[in-house]
Amino acid sequence: MIKKKKLLSGPYLVWTVAFIVIPLLLIVYYGFTNEAGSLTLENIMNMGTPENMKALWLALLLSLISTVLCLILAYPLAMILSNTKANATGLIVMIFIIPMWMNFLLRTLAWQTLLEKNGVINIALKFLGLPSLNIINTPYAIVLGMVYNFLPFMLLPIYNSLIKIDRNVINAAKDLGANEFQTFCKITFPLSLPGVISGITMVFVPSLTTFVISDLLGGSKILLIGNVIEQKFKQGSNWNTGSGLSLVLMLFILVSMAIMQKYDKDGEGAAF
Amino acid sequence: MSNKLIDLVHITKKYDDTTVLDDLNLYIRENEFLTLLGPSGCGKTTTLRIMGGFEQPDQGNVIFSGTDITSLAPNKRQLNTVFQKYALFTHMSIAENIAFGLKIKKKSRDYINDKIKYALKLVNLDGYENRTPDSLSGGQQQRIAIARAIVNEPKVLLLDEPLGALDLKLRQDMQYELIRLKNELGITFIYVTHDQEEALTMSDTIVVMNQGYIQQIGTPEDIYNEPQNAFVADFIGDSNIINALMLEDKLVEILGTCFVCVDTGFGRNKPVDVVIRPEDVELTDPASGTITGTVSHLIFKGVHYEMEVMAGGFEWLVHSTRMFPVGTEVGIRVDPFNIQIMHKPESEDEEAVMIDD
Repeated sequence: MIKKKKLLSGPYLVWTVAFIVIPLLLIVYYGFTNEAGSLTLENIMNMGTPENMKALWLALLLSLISTVLCLILAYPLAMILSNTKANATGLIVMIFIIPMWMNFLLRTLAWQTLLEKNGVINIALKFLGLPSLNIINTPYAIVLGMVYNFLPFMLLPIYNSLIKIDRNVINAAKDLGANEFQTFCKITFPLSLPGVISGITMVFVPSLTTFVISDLLGGSKILLIGNVIEQKFKQGSNWNTGSGLSLVLMLFILVSMAIMQKYDKDGEGAAF
Repeated sequence: MSNKLIDLVHITKKYDDTTVLDDLNLYIRENEFLTLLGPSGCGKTTTLRIMGGFEQPDQGNVIFSGTDITSLAPNKRQLNTVFQKYALFTHMSIAENIAFGLKIKKKSRDYINDKIKYALKLVNLDGYENRTPDSLSGGQQQRIAIARAIVNEPKVLLLDEPLGALDLKLRQDMQYELIRLKNELGITFIYVTHDQEEALTMSDTIVVMNQGYIQQIGTPEDIYNEPQNAFVADFIGDSNIINALMLEDKLVEILGTCFVCVDTGFGRNKPVDVVIRPEDVELTDPASGTITGTVSHLIFKGVHYEMEVMAGGFEWLVHSTRMFPVGTEVGIRVDPFNIQIMHKPESEDEEAVMIDD
């Protein structure tokens, strides 16, 4: 029996080795060697250059802002949803999930069209005699793109953790004298923390590494660390430096996840 | 046991089109152990939740010590609830759980620590302060839920099927524990259950409910010995409920045979229901019985034998320490005092819900 069960995990094992372990090892290999194939720390140190530091700093800042905005938007909505009757909830959740059925690239391109100097939004604003909105090719547009694309990833884990809370636990807090605000601070929020942490991770990590959103909505003027890495691989064909930078970025993600996990005692938020 | 502490006046509650409680009137006295007993969906939990403030009645008022608290928020009420499935705060330690209400009330640290110690001692769980709820068994969690409620010194403790999730042995132990707690604390307990044995064991007063109506209010003895209708008789314990005709005072015709009884005032030739508890049916030799029949089933139950006797076209349930094998011709005798006569239900709402065993 045990042997059979082991056999079942075979395809997954092959997949993991072929598409996760080997590529990762290759990245590590490229990251620590130069083009001639000899060992070097140059690629790692490349992160220290002023322009790369600037790109990393901007990426951290924008993804942090996006994560906070997603949390502020998603939490109240998740609370409302978790208190609504089942059939209404289904509909509202659908509204948030339907955009995810469209291609991510397409959605971001749509924002580009909307936000352009002579785009849909500005035409509408002009028609209404209002001042035009010039945020395309600025960090604001990038944050908007990140929030729009990653909001469902914040909403769903929080919603899931909220509906898991027994109504009677909330009632018990009120029964013991807590008002709405105290109940939220002491009971509801702490119990939803696994979902919050999962949501933060699921928004922060893709935001930090994105290059598509910054490419399409930031023009080529604003470089995030994702764009820098992409350029190293594609335009510069410099796999070594690109891999080196990727490893440093991975380190940042691992550290941020480790910090998150510390607050997630139950381990329920371990989405990755 | 004198003053009305809680008075429910003309309470009506509907969910969508279903009426859960219909014009319910009930008062609870100080220091009483009152049990709301009934099958699921009878409105007992809704009644409790209305007292706790978690539901608003559509009509009617909740009076607490003379004050109308119908629309008062749960956190402003002087009563505490022990919830079904405990509802402990899983992200807090046992001590933090118990301290929750006291911290909200901004009591001093010393006071809180004393109270935690006192409460844990009361529920026989000293030294559990730093454990987490997950590490406790169901019975222990239940006791913590009680401790968490009583440290706030409520005038009334509401208990919503608190023993429902425990196994039989533990449930019986906890019944004694609850009686002891109630006596030590000297407060009012309002207890919701569908378990008739629990209700009979612990209560001063039992309120039998069905389909949103109160069927009978009385002491456990009243409820068991003198059920007012077939529903109560059937719900509380095993019973033989038989259609009968009240011929005159103290004489009733059951299955075509006349039985002497002690009830009066039903009128002449009036259709009634009679209840005879299985332990009150005496089996004799055919010649000395009021009615004769044949034993059709026999089960050994430990304390007694459970038999079914086909007599007069009715299957009589009999509990006896004497054994009569299947097929034996027997006579049935019932002491006049043990024949309980009940009016036929006047409305559909009082109609007995027959529960098949």
